[in-house]
Amino acid sequence: MTGGELRRGVRWLGWYLREVSGESAYDRYVAHARAEHPDAPVPSRREFERGRMDERDSRPESRCC
Amino acid sequence: MTTAPTTTPVEPRGRRDPRTIAIWTAVALVGAIAWAVLALSRGENVNAVWLIAAALGSYAIAYRFYARWIARRVLGVDDRRATPAERLNNDIDYQPTDRRVLFGHHFAAIAGAGPLVGPVLAAQMGYLPGTIWIIAGVIFAGAVQDMVTLFFSMRRDGKSLGQMAREEIGPIGGVAALVAVFSIMIILLAVLALVVVGALARSPWGTFSIAMTIPIAFLMGFYLRVIRPGRVLETTVIGVTLLLLAIVAGGWVDGSSWAEAFTLSPKTLVICLMIYGFFASVLPVWMLLAPRDYLSTFMKIGTIGLLAVGILITAPVLQNEAVTKFAGSGAGPVFAGSLFPFVFITIACGALSGFHSLIASGTTPKMIQKESQVRFIGYGAMLMESFVAVMAMAAASILDPGLYYAMNAPAGVLGATAQSAAEAVTNLGFTITPDALEVAAASVEESTLVARTGGAPTLAVGMSEIFSGFLGGASLKAFWYHFAIMFEALFILTTVDAGTRVGRFMLQDTIGNVWKPMRNVSWRPGVWAASAVVVGAWGYFLWTGVTNPLGGINQLFPLFGIANQLLAAVALTVCTTLLIKAGKVRYAWVTGVPLAWDAVVTLTASWQKVFSGDPKLGFFSQRERYANALDEGQVLAPAKSLDDMQAVVTNSTVDGILAGFFAILIVIVIADAIRVWYRVLAARRPVELHEAPYEESRIVAGSGLLPTAEEREQRQLVGAGVGRPGVGGDGMPVDDVPDDDAAGRR
Repeated sequence: MTGGELRRGVRWLGWYLREVSGESAYDRYVAHARAEHPDAPVPSRREFERGRMDERDSRPESRCC
Repeated sequence: MTTAPTTTPVEPRGRRDPRTIAIWTAVALVGAIAWAVLALSRGENVNAVWLIAAALGSYAIAYRFYARWIARRVLGVDDRRATPAERLNNDIDYQPTDRRVLFGHHFAAIAGAGPLVGPVLAAQMGYLPGTIWIIAGVIFAGAVQDMVTLFFSMRRDGKSLGQMAREEIGPIGGVAALVAVFSIMIILLAVLALVVVGALARSPWGTFSIAMTIPIAFLMGFYLRVIRPGRVLETTVIGVTLLLLAIVAGGWVDGSSWAEAFTLSPKTLVICLMIYGFFASVLPVWMLLAPRDYLSTFMKIGTIGLLAVGILITAPVLQNEAVTKFAGSGAGPVFAGSLFPFVFITIACGALSGFHSLIASGTTPKMIQKESQVRFIGYGAMLMESFVAVMAMAAASILDPGLYYAMNAPAGVLGATAQSAAEAVTNLGFTITPDALEVAAASVEESTLVARTGGAPTLAVGMSEIFSGFLGGASLKAFWYHFAIMFEALFILTTVDAGTRVGRFMLQDTIGNVWKPMRNVSWRPGVWAASAVVVGAWGYFLWTGVTNPLGGINQLFPLFGIANQLLAAVALTVCTTLLIKAGKVRYAWVTGVPLAWDAVVTLTASWQKVFSGDPKLGFFSQRERYANALDEGQVLAPAKSLDDMQAVVTNSTVDGILAGFFAILIVIVIADAIRVWYRVLAARRPVELHEAPYEESRIVAGSGLLPTAEEREQRQLVGAGVGRPGVGGDGMPVDDVPDDDAAGRR
């Protein structure tokens, strides 16, 4: 395994963890908001994360056995 | 968004490539040799690695050939067709998600304690019957059910199983499906909570560690909400560190004066769990449920990975027989009944789990980027769960059978002391000395291992054996035991939280149909009342499980299995109906044969649980035996008092009625579906499908774990067109390594 491949692997893992944990959701949202409505104000991360979490309150997710 | 004018389906290349043929021949050979070793070794010690090899070889062949054939021919996946995630993208629930990320979400949602507990109990029949069912069952039934349900739900904008049953079969099938979902939820929660009670009863170490997860979750929730919003990864790192500390601290508590305060009886634990379940389901998710979910997912993936590595490194030898005498006689102490049908009932999760159809028709179908990904996500994630079940079977089978039965037979059979347990084990035809039992308990720093039923403690002993074999040696055995207990209890409790919430929403929705205010999910009195009803329902079964002299797991686990397989029957019926309606009757056997098998197994099991004349097996003959004795004022062992006798009579009645009720539900759903099949086939013309309309897809994404050469090529073309090579829709990396621009954005 070359150094380049290793670096790519580590970077992939970092990307994967951020995606799978939902940590990157805000970044994606900002990018989306900027692209679609360039003039509208973008909510802060705090506001966004609060809204996202509270939204889960009304949408139960099953966990299996 | 990347614009892809036309995305032609990827045509397979190199199908006749000699190298590919050589690789797949080798995989098939390894699998076949492993199966031969497992099947043909008699009276000699078989290494657990052969179980792993047989499983992985079979999965690879099934995924490459059978799953691909189903996806292409039977379902007709079409990557030119936009998925609901793409068409309805709202950045909330509909969102095109990278397939590997979605695989992680889907796997975390389907895999829980089920595949760990069932195989441990089924080890009473020997390791072979359970292993064959886990592997063959997942390939031909479980993974097929998950993938096909996911596909059909995806084609219908992510409709739930209940909605599909109502639309495609009819109101009767729909109502039966809804009732099935609710009842399985209650039994599932009761049985899982019973496993936790079995693991924590009179264990101050375990009880302290698990109790600590509540403040840890509160802390994480607060941190994530107030201090560092959205920083999930660092919060999880903090949480896991505290969790490990809590396990270590459990050992200190165990040896201190606090131990007494954390030594709880099963009954006290039931009360604690019910109070916990109630609050966890009414509190906002950010406080308890979400942080616990992060913790348990992390622990789950980490520990399962560690277990796989551990088995490969330590290569333990199986002590269990391939097939025990209980397989034929049906007189096993862990659960009653012979191999057919009860192995197939006891091992549900890991082979065929109806519960998965709720996940496969829930959030996952709304997030898929490409239709062909149903194979990787639906079939692939279920194969992984099956692999977890195989490892649990291995971990239970490396234990000395004498210890296994001393831990898993009901307390009523074993008595309270090591002496009485050793005698009882001898009566069963196995041997263990009282000394050996005490040494085994001392090595994991538990006061006793006698009658620690439920599967979790057995698995924990097996795992501590494996882990201490390559990490830390005998001195860390107690730590690893409690680590394993924590790992299981943690995600069982997460399931209890989430399940109580789901049950509460279902109840509110159903009552809301007749009485409007109940439907409002933020109306406090409604929320509290519905939660109390759900907690009360599973709490009732949990309480009877703990107080039943005949043993809670022994009595309730078959009901749980029957309920889960009932739900699988509903899902497979919906899938078969949809195949027939889509004019694919020649392929209907793909879900039709698993359905027939599942129906035969489940109905036979229910029949025996209801009508068997053997009081150990049939609920009503058990009831009769105890009721007659009670009338004469006699006390039959293992009951110790007339109250115990009354408890047995009541429990047997309730359990017997439930078993019969589940069987009737299956018959109703299938009969109603056959009516629909007959109508469709007799009409000989295509039926109107409730599919969402076709729309051209503009996303480019791979289909499996790694992009194929063709997919890379296609991406190059698309990337060249927009001048930003390597980035797909929504900035997601389309290569297997994230693009700087996409992943590095802060």
